Amino acid sequence: MTLSLPSIVGALLGGALIGISATLMLVFAGRIAGISGILGGVLVPRTGDVGWRVAFLGGLGVGALLLALVAPGTVSASSPSPLWLVVVAGLLVGVGTQLGSGCTSGHGVCGVSRLAPRSLAATAMFMATGAAAAFVTRHLLGLGS
Amino acid sequence: MALVVPAVAGLIFAIGLGISGMTDPGKVIAFLDVAGAWDPSLAFVMAGAIGVHFVFARRALVRPVTLTGAPIALPTKLGIDGRLLLGSALFGVGWGAAGFCPGPALVSAVGGRGPTALVFLGAMLAGMLLVLRGLGTTRRGPWHGPC
Repeated sequence: MTLSLPSIVGALLGGALIGISATLMLVFAGRIAGISGILGGVLVPRTGDVGWRVAFLGGLGVGALLLALVAPGTVSASSPSPLWLVVVAGLLVGVGTQLGSGCTSGHGVCGVSRLAPRSLAATAMFMATGAAAAFVTRHLLGLGS
Repeated sequence: MALVVPAVAGLIFAIGLGISGMTDPGKVIAFLDVAGAWDPSLAFVMAGAIGVHFVFARRALVRPVTLTGAPIALPTKLGIDGRLLLGSALFGVGWGAAGFCPGPALVSAVGGRGPTALVFLGAMLAGMLLVLRGLGTTRRGPWHGPC
């Protein structure tokens, strides 16, 4: 097991920022800070329901550029997995989050915080299949490092 | 003003993802791969985020309106169904296979070097459109999708 104090502190701090962001969205904008849902509503836009989504994604993009400037090590943008698996995984994440109405942020953070039964079930499911996929690709198929 | 809050929230979200380690697919896979050199630190991301949001969401949802009195758009679906479970299962497989989930994929595609995150993002958007344009012809409720 690898676990270091700096990575715990970073995880807690970063997590708290995500919690603050989700709270701002809920309390001031009346919206759930779920990335896949926000993206879905931009891909298939509906009148009067696009502006706040674009604003959020724009802010996310600016944040990404700031990270690249100030702490480029935090956005490595590579994956230990081969490119073909990255493509398959991207498709699965896209299909899965729209079918399942949410991802790590919408279900895992927002929904679990509200103790929403759908989100608790979804989070248990994607954590389990995520662990299974990591096990199969790393140990059975020997893909990635 | 209505757009300032989402923009600021998006910025804070991206910084949070970067600081937390969620934008490092190797770390994500090390978190999910409990049989390998298991790195449980990303559990603290959930702990930090839920710890903060649980407290505020609890207070905010006593009366589900924003501070300006507008209604809070909560998910309208309440039951656990096959679509939710199948979708979440597929999402998890993709997440565990490549180490990206939607937020970090966006942040890494914009801020990171190299094509991997961009390739993932392209495939992810295609997958989303497949469901939204193909299967999901009926939009549900006043508020779309997730969470």
